Amino acid sequence: MLIPCPFCGPRDLGEFSVLGAARARPVVAVADLDGEAAVAAFAAYVYERENPAGPQAEHWFHGAGCQHWLTVVRDTRTHAILSVTSAGTDEAAQSLEAAQGAAPEAAP
Amino acid sequence: MTGHRLPAGGLVDRARPIPFRFDGRPLTGLAGDTLASALLANGVSVVGRSFKYHRPRGLLGAGQEEPNALMEIGTGARREPNVKATTVELHAGLEAASQNRWPSLRFDLMAVNGLMKPVFAAGFYYKTFMWPARFWETVYEPLIRRAAGLGRASGLPDPDRDAHATLHCDLLVVGAGPAGLMAALAAGRAGARVVLAEEDVRLGGRLLAEKVSLDDADGPAFAATVAAELAALPTVTVLTRTGVSSVHDGGLWLALERHAGPDGGPATAGPRHTLWTIVARRAVAAAGAVERPLVFAGNDRPGVMLAGAVSTYLHRHAVAAGRRAVVATATDAGWVLARDLLAAGVSVAAVVDTRQAAPTGFEAVAAATRVVTGAALAGTRGRPALTGVDVVADSRTIRLDADLLAVSGGFNPSIQLMSHLGDRPAYDPALGAYRMAGPVAGIRAAGAANGAYDLAACLRDGAAAAQAALADLGLTAALPDLPATDPTPVGAAAAYWTPKAPGKASAAFVDLQHDVTAADVTLAHQEGYRSAEHLKRYTTLGMATDQGRTATVDGLAIMAALTGRSLAETGAPIARPPVVPLPIGALAGPRRGAAFRPVRLTPVHGFAEERKAVFLDSGAWKRPQWYPLPGETDWLTTVNREVAAVRAGVGVTDVSTLGKIEIEGPDAGAFLDKVYANRPSRIPVGRSRYGLMLREDGFVLDDGTVTRFSETRFLASVSTAHAAAVYRHMLFCRQVLWPSLDVSVVAVSDAWAQLAIAGPLSPAVVAALLDDGRPITAETFPPMAAAELTVLGGVKARLAAVSFSGERAFELAVPASVGDRLIRQVMAVGAPHGIVAYGTEAMGVMRVEKGHPAAAELNGQTTAHDLGLHRLLARDKDHVGRVLSARPGLTDPGRPRLVGLKPVDPAARLRAGAHVIPAGASATAANDQGWISSAVWSPTLGHAIALAFVTHGPDRMGETVRAWDGIRGTDIPVVIVPPAFVDPEGARVRV
Repeated sequence: MLIPCPFCGPRDLGEFSVLGAARARPVVAVADLDGEAAVAAFAAYVYERENPAGPQAEHWFHGAGCQHWLTVVRDTRTHAILSVTSAGTDEAAQSLEAAQGAAPEAAP
Repeated sequence: MTGHRLPAGGLVDRARPIPFRFDGRPLTGLAGDTLASALLANGVSVVGRSFKYHRPRGLLGAGQEEPNALMEIGTGARREPNVKATTVELHAGLEAASQNRWPSLRFDLMAVNGLMKPVFAAGFYYKTFMWPARFWETVYEPLIRRAAGLGRASGLPDPDRDAHATLHCDLLVVGAGPAGLMAALAAGRAGARVVLAEEDVRLGGRLLAEKVSLDDADGPAFAATVAAELAALPTVTVLTRTGVSSVHDGGLWLALERHAGPDGGPATAGPRHTLWTIVARRAVAAAGAVERPLVFAGNDRPGVMLAGAVSTYLHRHAVAAGRRAVVATATDAGWVLARDLLAAGVSVAAVVDTRQAAPTGFEAVAAATRVVTGAALAGTRGRPALTGVDVVADSRTIRLDADLLAVSGGFNPSIQLMSHLGDRPAYDPALGAYRMAGPVAGIRAAGAANGAYDLAACLRDGAAAAQAALADLGLTAALPDLPATDPTPVGAAAAYWTPKAPGKASAAFVDLQHDVTAADVTLAHQEGYRSAEHLKRYTTLGMATDQGRTATVDGLAIMAALTGRSLAETGAPIARPPVVPLPIGALAGPRRGAAFRPVRLTPVHGFAEERKAVFLDSGAWKRPQWYPLPGETDWLTTVNREVAAVRAGVGVTDVSTLGKIEIEGPDAGAFLDKVYANRPSRIPVGRSRYGLMLREDGFVLDDGTVTRFSETRFLASVSTAHAAAVYRHMLFCRQVLWPSLDVSVVAVSDAWAQLAIAGPLSPAVVAALLDDGRPITAETFPPMAAAELTVLGGVKARLAAVSFSGERAFELAVPASVGDRLIRQVMAVGAPHGIVAYGTEAMGVMRVEKGHPAAAELNGQTTAHDLGLHRLLARDKDHVGRVLSARPGLTDPGRPRLVGLKPVDPAARLRAGAHVIPAGASATAANDQGWISSAVWSPTLGHAIALAFVTHGPDRMGETVRAWDGIRGTDIPVVIVPPAFVDPEGARVRV
């Protein structure tokens, strides 16, 4: 399997490692760090996963290449890679939103 | 069955006889033979015994579809088991042995299994060998292993080497039959990068195995012409002897090339195999089709062969598979074979057609032999090989004498590769077979694999598939001019076993290699199995090394008949890799022995080796564990000496393996405050501090020191075990979580050699190393001081007064290239102070004596509270793990927390892994209160000590508990004490 790294071009899967679903870390004011809302937000961030059958934005690390973290939108049904962007950029944020919009409804 | 060589014809070289041996018997074949065709030419009819019942079996096929002729090839360490005789090129000195027979092929004692058939019926793995449980290891498994008797591995180290290599192309063409040749030609002429992979030694496929004409050429001549043009095209790579084995995501394919010597035998130089990774943008799967046998009672008798295989042996090898043939067919292909056999002078006793009427165009065949239509096969005769066939037509049984029964029940397109990505083939009623309807992941079936059985259609289909594939890529390919051919008779009818078929279902074999009969499929149906995947697993139908090429569809048809469903409704199981068998050695390739994985050596490895250090594998690192002196035979003696020397004087150890990460930029301090749970931004320039990192879930990730060299430049020291993960984590924080911070993060672990110099005399040694001659005292360079300076006459160096041992200590780093020089200099200037080199074991003893947590304590399940480090946690800022580390469950004092343990009996020995149980309580899970994480013998204290995690531990000082170790059978009373055993006030570090 090849992942088209935006910095290095298409590279073998073995050069990468995956962290899991890409999600935005909660932003909490310092004064509210011990509030219940903060704990709930971080618990959801750390433990809860959509596990969609369809496109999912994920964080991949090109450790044996440019050492960039990438936001990879991947179809979990086919392993088809729909987009790869440099994580933490506006472009990556957009691809993350697009993937969440494209995810089919979870089965009841 | 009396196969013999015909006087003329074939693609064999009659001037080059090849001697070989089969089961020790000397035989002779011809250059151009396979082992199978040579055996057939020598009149060998029984080539093996079957898997379960040890029934004698002969050749059925002529290629990868062969279920019976599994051989051990070669001798000694080069003996390779389970090789299909149909895929072995004959070469001088070939040693082949049949399998699955004892004591001999002709007389096999295990054939008694045939009398026990009910025991081996469908699902026998799940039923027969279930109980009593104790019988499994003592009776059943040895019995199955001996009886199952597929070939024997040599059991010796592999003397050969296999290579791995990669190819990139626009179009991969799998199979070089008529469709594959045209596909490669069309794409190659268009200038596309083409890889054509063919399992056979020469190109042509069925062109080599049938009597056809293409313009003025016969099949082999036409194939040779195309092969010559392909060889001349600059962008075409032709791989022969290369079987494509699997498809993976992203257009990645695996193919195995067998390297041969000049005579077709194993290569005598270079690798034995190359396992190719082929990265293809598009592919044409032109792997042909496999003929279906007919299922009838006695269909496994040697002498029953596929019609297409008989044709292969006849045309390609000039071998007649018998002297008197019966052709039993549901297809026109059977009639073509009868025509060709008659033309070659082989007697044809009858053509038996399951259809009511003979096809037109074969009037000459009908005139020359007996024709029975509307017929069914009722049984076969002969022991061990075929002597007669019983046919039922119009309710009459006709007895025919024959030593060869050629059967043709239709064709299955070879589309296994196309289902590797999870796509399931569909039944095409018009074709009478399962096929892949459209392109799958850029792979197009072409030719017979796409149901195009007519030669002209096959040629056209191959070229068109390549054209369409190239169009996907924006490339234009013209269709080659196609040669004129005679129409191929392709009429066929469905001819499957039915419950009303004559003869015993238990003698009607569906899967010859796994000995699965029509009765087994019926039993599976009676027991409620309906789906194709369940049928496969319950009966093991199609799970043998031939991957059910000749078996699966016949089995599905029986299930369809029993359930009253169509084949379309029954569905087909998905094929899985590998399509062609892959030797484990080829998968390993060059990654064996010392090349199995990389080994990391520190810059001072040579020094340690010279001193006969014993090395410890720590991840990929080799770390000196201890340095035995002459006369020291016991490692504990050595380690005790090293510890005592450091505590009393000075020692040096290699800490180059520690992870080193530089953090630089205007926001470096702010960044570190996000990554660490304490406040690195408050570290003064020229100082180090202990730092603690959490994971986002609040558990401890790693610890180490952070050193500040300037306002904007820090160096983080992280543990050896977590070095790669922490660096990846820091990059994640920098790139993904806080991309707006102006900071750069670089791992420099391998760039620096680093030595720890520890002990009360270490200041004098360090001072003697420095170029500037500055004094090193508690005042001028106190604990946690750090500086960049030079040593060895101008070599840049980093010095930090950090201690892991509890002694006054320094870590000194220099560029990796001068590490060796540095340690020799350290030993030289330290010699007057009695310096010793010490290893990781002594380092471990001293850190346990001092109560410092290390990898065993930072195991991913412990929190800052557990480790007694909670006072470090900053509350007034956000950092990784800040919110979730404050959860009550992570700060509960009832969690197992870090303490020290010492045995009540000073002579007792403690070991990591023991459970902590309250005194007087029974050793049950309910009473489990923690565990020992690290245990050492303390030479400083003269007894064993341990670090442990114990429920409410810090509140239980002085309590006696049990260190219970169920695995080693020990139960030792121990006292809970503070984790710092030696110098708890930390006075020694300040000397």
